[in-house]
Amino acid sequence: MTQQYVAAIDQGTTSSRCIIFDRDGRIVSVGQREHRQIFPQPGWVEHDAAEIWDGVQQVVHEALEKGDITPDQLAAVGITNQRETTVVWDRETGEPVHNAIVWQDTRTDDLIRRLGGVVGQERFRERCGLPLATYFAGPKLRWLLDEVPGLRERAERGEVLFGTMDSWIIWKLTGQHITDVTNASRTMLMNLHTLQWDPEILDAIGIPAAVLPEIRSSAEVYGEATGFLAGVPVASALGDQHAALFGQTCFSPGEVKGTYGTGTFLVLNTGTEPVMSANGLLTTLGYKIGDQPAVYALEGAVAVTGSLVQWLRDNLGLIASAPEIETLALTVEDNGGCYIVPAFSGLFAPHWRSDARGVITGLTGYVNKGHLARAVLEASAWQTREVVDAMNTDSGIPLTSLKVDGGMTADNLLMQTLADVLDVEVVRPMVAETTCLGAAYAAGLAVGYWKDMESLRANWHKAAEWSPRMDPKVREREYRNWTKAVQRTLGWVEHDEQPQD
Amino acid sequence: MPGRIQSIERAAAVLRLLAGGNRGLSLGEISRSLELPKGTALGILRTLQHVGFVEQDSGSSHYRLGGGVLSLGTRYLDGNELRARALNWADSLAGRSGESVRIGTLHKHQVLIVHHVFRPDDSRQILDVGTLLPLHATALGKVLLAFDPLATPEYYAEGGALESYTPRTITSFDDLTAQLSLARASGWAADVEELVEGEVSIAAPIRDRRGMTVGAIGVRGAVERLCEDGKPDMGQVSYVRDAARAVSRDLGATPW
Repeated sequence: MTQQYVAAIDQGTTSSRCIIFDRDGRIVSVGQREHRQIFPQPGWVEHDAAEIWDGVQQVVHEALEKGDITPDQLAAVGITNQRETTVVWDRETGEPVHNAIVWQDTRTDDLIRRLGGVVGQERFRERCGLPLATYFAGPKLRWLLDEVPGLRERAERGEVLFGTMDSWIIWKLTGQHITDVTNASRTMLMNLHTLQWDPEILDAIGIPAAVLPEIRSSAEVYGEATGFLAGVPVASALGDQHAALFGQTCFSPGEVKGTYGTGTFLVLNTGTEPVMSANGLLTTLGYKIGDQPAVYALEGAVAVTGSLVQWLRDNLGLIASAPEIETLALTVEDNGGCYIVPAFSGLFAPHWRSDARGVITGLTGYVNKGHLARAVLEASAWQTREVVDAMNTDSGIPLTSLKVDGGMTADNLLMQTLADVLDVEVVRPMVAETTCLGAAYAAGLAVGYWKDMESLRANWHKAAEWSPRMDPKVREREYRNWTKAVQRTLGWVEHDEQPQD
Repeated sequence: MPGRIQSIERAAAVLRLLAGGNRGLSLGEISRSLELPKGTALGILRTLQHVGFVEQDSGSSHYRLGGGVLSLGTRYLDGNELRARALNWADSLAGRSGESVRIGTLHKHQVLIVHHVFRPDDSRQILDVGTLLPLHATALGKVLLAFDPLATPEYYAEGGALESYTPRTITSFDDLTAQLSLARASGWAADVEELVEGEVSIAAPIRDRRGMTVGAIGVRGAVERLCEDGKPDMGQVSYVRDAARAVSRDLGATPW
């Protein structure tokens, strides 16, 4: 019998990738292709969904070719994707009716304010777990229905279909109009308790139900692919951060993964009941495997972590490449009393202060560029600490270890600093590509390629581990100083609205 | 006492000029800045280019400092940068070999461990990034001695004897020299219980786009698993060499 594999398609913000995995969860081959970022005006970001579909086909071909694998050797294909990016296409022709509106796009700013009305940002939180914000897909869909001539009428007649990137690719592969619970949980349109579209929110936002895909679990056979992957079961869909949670095998309540890239996403598995946050975290779906109960999660995002290192490189020119931050930081013993709070566009979870702007504080004649480098790395760690503290408070489950992935895990000093300020073990798994791995795992489970979730845990291996080494007294003092530095950022932007809590 | 050599002074001035700007400079800019005729400046630039101290951008034809100058002072490739670039390949080597993986660079006549991936068996292991190991008693060190011109074994002669760690440590210069030529010919090196009894390591060189060896990657584990009849297992050797080639490709080296 020929060797069987599972393929994962990762449709990301800047590129699409396909990674093929073997039964031990090891990478066999990779295909990757970038796509255009379209900026029609300030604050607007679009993708060409047709270009993305072309790219997806190419990266799958590339991965198959590099691995010398034929489509009939694929037991299943799974999908993970940039979340919230919104596509509407013609049911008959399969052509997008407009460029996809990307998650970073802020064109729905005014719409969000209007939708909030007298209640404000929290209007739908009880039902969908999210505050009203420009990221989420539902308001983007409403914008398209309002602005593209004739689209609302066509939507009501069922001539056009809406989807996030998972739906678009599943539809292209199988002809089915489907999304999974994790992607649906980022639209603001899904009720967290019923896991169905919420008629009251649809009514309030003004979305005709006829355009919406059917909400399914994250791991089941949605259909067989036609075309170039003919016959391969399409068997999973998970938003990227949810896929990373699954790929890190965070299957038990209390387990947390942190993905360290330009920003940082922390996701905590909270078990089979949604936990509403009193500390500014998002309530979202973790994953849902077939008929098993859905698993919920709390999510906290830190806007600026890796991008602060890039800022030190590109705007200050203190380092030539991002990894050199560690070399520079190791030229000194500590931060020399200096703290950087990178509130470049305000403070996110758990503060949510749009009137904040970044500060470098504690400067004396003693501070040199090595201390600044330390302060940059420590900023990522302390921002993580603030989100983790909020998670502990909301869930009542104290963190015992943090599973990390993403490009910044190559920075040993950052990983050690994380362990020090969180006072928990920080663990990096052996395959850093946890997003693709999560999608592959879910698809493989759905077709029986992997027997159960326990066998997936057996594939998880530590590649490295960092233990806390900081004196508790030092940790307390540093946290106090960090908190003081955060206070210095508040109230800088004067014309902005009063912050809400 | 012989007089000063004008062309060397001028070459030094060219290098200083190129080091000052963060973008390349054109021939015209260089000759104007140094008040040299274009022909003289071109002759100096071509000579410096020949010895690797100057590079010419193929698109703009501008001149900039070459890797040869950078490697004179500090090490050309930052160890943390090497780790970031090698991360996925080192993971995949640990997965294929079932052993722990280390990446080492030369640091003052020793191997500095810049990256370490645990053996994938979930046993308790301690990260040993930052550790220094002897060159002559480890596979990583032998690879650096064999392939990195800055890691010449001659210093041993000045520093005295090769230290012995186990009965199998190589302590004779002649034996070491013979092993290094073998490593150069085969493209990899091993230590068989030469640093720690019962432990074996296998390593291969990581090269950058100029073909310079900037580090070594290898596996380390129990002799029962990594050796067959007292010789390193060739399956493991091929995993190590595949990983070294993959990292080198990522650094821009052409496949050899």
